[in-house]
Amino acid sequence: MKFDTPATTNPIDQLKIVGKPVDRIDGPLKTTGTASYAYERHDVAANPAYGHILGSAIAKGRIASIDTREAIAAPGVLAVVTAQNAGALMKGDFNTAKLLAGPEVQHYHQAVALVVAETFEQARAAAGLIKVDYTRADGAYDLEKAKSSATKPKDMDGDAPDSKVGDFASAFAAAPVQIDATYHTPDVSHAMMEPHASIAAWKGDELSLWTSNQMIDWGRGDVAKTLGIPKDKVHLSSPYIGGGFGGKLFVRSDAILAALGARAAKRPVKVALQRALVANNTTHRPATIQRVRIGASRDGKITAIAHENWSGDLPGGGPDSSVQQTRMLYAAPNRMTATRLAVLDLPESNAMRAPGEATGHMALEVAMDEMAEKLGMDPVQFRILNDSQVVPDDNGKTDRPFSQRQLVECLRQGADTFGWTGRNAKPAQRREGDWLIGMGVASAYRGAPTQKSGARVRLDGSGMVTVETDMTDIGTGSYTIIAQTAAEMMGVPLDKVVVKLGDTAYPVSAGSGGQWGAASSTAGVYAACTKLREAVATKLGFSTADVTFADGKVSSAGRSVALGEAAGPGGLVAEDTMEFGDLSEKYQHSTFGAHFVEVAVDMHTCEVRLRRMLAVCAAGRILNPKSARSQVIGAMTMGAGAALMEELAVDNRFGFFVNHDLAGYEVPVHADIPHQDVVFLDETDPTVSPMKAKGVGELGICGVAAAVANAIYNATGVRVREYPITLDKLISQMPALV
Amino acid sequence: MKPFTYERADSPAAAAAAAARNPGSRFIAGGTNLLDLMKLQIETPPHLVDVTGLKLDRIDKTDDGGLRIGALVRNTDLAADDRVRRDYGVLSRALLAGASGQLRNMATTAGNLLQRTRCPYFYDTNMPCNKRTPGSGCSAIGGYSRQLAVVGSSGSCIATHPSDMAVAMRALDAMVETVRSDGSTRTIPIADFHRLPGETPHIDTNLAPAELITAVTLPKPLGGKHIYKKVRDRASYAFALISVAAVIGKDGKGRVTIGGVAHKPWRVDAADAQLPQGAKATAQALFADAKPTKDNAYKIPLVERTLGVVLAQAGAKS
Repeated sequence: MKFDTPATTNPIDQLKIVGKPVDRIDGPLKTTGTASYAYERHDVAANPAYGHILGSAIAKGRIASIDTREAIAAPGVLAVVTAQNAGALMKGDFNTAKLLAGPEVQHYHQAVALVVAETFEQARAAAGLIKVDYTRADGAYDLEKAKSSATKPKDMDGDAPDSKVGDFASAFAAAPVQIDATYHTPDVSHAMMEPHASIAAWKGDELSLWTSNQMIDWGRGDVAKTLGIPKDKVHLSSPYIGGGFGGKLFVRSDAILAALGARAAKRPVKVALQRALVANNTTHRPATIQRVRIGASRDGKITAIAHENWSGDLPGGGPDSSVQQTRMLYAAPNRMTATRLAVLDLPESNAMRAPGEATGHMALEVAMDEMAEKLGMDPVQFRILNDSQVVPDDNGKTDRPFSQRQLVECLRQGADTFGWTGRNAKPAQRREGDWLIGMGVASAYRGAPTQKSGARVRLDGSGMVTVETDMTDIGTGSYTIIAQTAAEMMGVPLDKVVVKLGDTAYPVSAGSGGQWGAASSTAGVYAACTKLREAVATKLGFSTADVTFADGKVSSAGRSVALGEAAGPGGLVAEDTMEFGDLSEKYQHSTFGAHFVEVAVDMHTCEVRLRRMLAVCAAGRILNPKSARSQVIGAMTMGAGAALMEELAVDNRFGFFVNHDLAGYEVPVHADIPHQDVVFLDETDPTVSPMKAKGVGELGICGVAAAVANAIYNATGVRVREYPITLDKLISQMPALV
Repeated sequence: MKPFTYERADSPAAAAAAAARNPGSRFIAGGTNLLDLMKLQIETPPHLVDVTGLKLDRIDKTDDGGLRIGALVRNTDLAADDRVRRDYGVLSRALLAGASGQLRNMATTAGNLLQRTRCPYFYDTNMPCNKRTPGSGCSAIGGYSRQLAVVGSSGSCIATHPSDMAVAMRALDAMVETVRSDGSTRTIPIADFHRLPGETPHIDTNLAPAELITAVTLPKPLGGKHIYKKVRDRASYAFALISVAAVIGKDGKGRVTIGGVAHKPWRVDAADAQLPQGAKATAQALFADAKPTKDNAYKIPLVERTLGVVLAQAGAKS
């Protein structure tokens, strides 16, 4: 099915099941521990051996020699895989560095060996017996130092790295009110609960991988490419994923080394990355340095805006697209953005939840707060005043409309709901006991892309509907919204739908990434269900014009047949793929929101504690308000972590992230997040898909950290432009103790 | 984890003797720190002596009106004990500020005293660390040191002791009772229990090899206000950036011990003497010989500010 004209009324609009806050259908499995994650797929491969990865002890250089003799002789050891015996390995299309080092080492904890043994403990102990002699090379690890050598990258997530409208320099110079500020965001880790893990088994020349991966078809392609085998000889299964956040968009060393280990040991092999490897062996969100300049007239109209970003990556890698939202959020006749990329020899950087916008808002939305204060304007009003209903900076064009844009409504409703009028515009005025109290706001922007997505739907003789698609559920609720979609389309209750996900045996879907998963994968299910409805009607000789599917029956012209009966004992199957036309070129598809935060800062210890958070989101039709809310509060929590504590500390001498465990890399705990509210504005967007829905999982993080930073400023009068905003950055500037 | 042998001891003296028979062995009780370190091959004991069966899990009154806390009393139970809550509030509060409920259920009194530093370079076996591998150097010096020591450190080590409980124990002048492999016992004042790193940062305490802690005793109740204030980046389940354990009398006199700043709970007699003069004078005495790094210099004003609020809470001059 091709979606190239805006949707009209369709069966989804009945909203009998879609749009309802139903419990997630996979909830009982997860709460009882019976949803089997990759490492616990005990039923898929008999008698698996255990693999343990040895990561490189240096960041850059060469392996001069590697002695595995003692490890091979250790109890229980079945095989040791290194680059010397692994055979030729290619680099996957989605990887920047190779997944097995040797002789060249590209980053710290890059895998140098896999030990396969009868037990996990034996494999781990033997890994400690491998002797590696390294030759260190000098590397670049400090973004601040490398900044001056940064160059313009070929592209920025598919967009041009630079953009220009009007004459920024002249307009900024002429602006009566100006702000020019530079912000730093640190490297951060996905730190998902489930580390990357895989079980691999070979049957002849066919490889099966039970793994934890957000993008099944990408993964299949990169496994095949890396190992040099045909794509159709690779099978991936990833039905449950314990968090991904972009860290599992790509194949990582657990999958490739499990495959190599299984080949060497002639046995199925399971490998989980030890926690310490998650930080330095896999991808992370890169640190950024961002300069934002805004010029405005005294009445608060922005006349000039510029956003420049510097980030680093290994050679061949890409930049952080932090300037994206600055092209989209506020009107201004003169503007420029620029993206520069430095070469760093840290582990490779890549996508993490809302790549670009997550960091970009941390600069832009603080600059907006600083500017509002300079203008003497309320920060909510300042944002509303500079709203734009067309894309402000669109590769030189300035007339393309948004399909929906309720930023102003989000800001207004949020201010009202949150009690924004209670905020004192003058900082450091509100005190409760030892606590200084402040409120902050930030706008939220994130694109609403769609991707081609397929599904297969089966109807059996009992009336059960089974959906198969390689779409993944990374904790987001995909199972449930897909079931809701199929139930609505086929006119059956939710318990008559079975959903099977995350397997190369199923039609290729959009996968989970870029907040495109929900809208795209349900559209694919819509397409397949539309075909199945036609097949049912045709089989019964019903006219497809007036056929209805409701209450488990299909009806037309006074005739009504139970679905199972209609399918017959052989059942019916339909498969289709939703493809998206050029509506996303005619209209800018985006989601908008506003975040409001209240913080308390201990006036003695300078500890920052959140008190309240509110997100107001406009993101198309909300397919399931309950799972959507879970997505947004999770994203808000991640934003709070970015604001207050999350930082991969770089050791510029050794070139690695030092705090590579969950004791050293702190993420928020329950006590940090006392109260969160989420409001979804009514919105249906018929130009996006027949579902009229968009994603929310990434919108929820955009702007959160800036709102926290702005609230800290309002509480204390201290403006910190270097995240995370820890107490050591506040202490020397805090208001005098009284 | 390297393969190791294991035995259960049936008396404290037998446990110490078993340890002496197996050089390099470790006692294991809750295992909340040791097992992690063994998995990472930071600790590689050839032999473990399990002491959990030694029945050292009672809290009893001592003859002089204090408390004897068995070495195996769990942190959860110690924090909840009525006598501890009533007479040694600083200890109960320090315990509850540490770790998580699950860890406190497992962690023991003696094990808490013996937990090892959380310096990230100690935890990464690819990095030089004099505490882990004597003579290999200290990679924390000149590295990421935001959480490390500002005082009492050496050119060999800037690690901190991570315990909350030990900070309160130091403020209370606890005594550590031990038994050695020959069956002899001794009592070590907590002040002399932990060591400064000097040139031997691999030796955390003054326990002899194979010496087993059997109990920790507290003197008779001190009275005064008992306060434990822990400052950290997140609201729960984080090691202290700094912490203050204080027992302050109505007259403003008292004792204070600082956590998160040194290789051991940091208490200075001259600083205690300054308490009636307020936080600034006390902090000056505590950190007269401080050698902070650029990353952790904030700890000194942070302690002063935190002391100020602690003294105010105690009703003393802040």
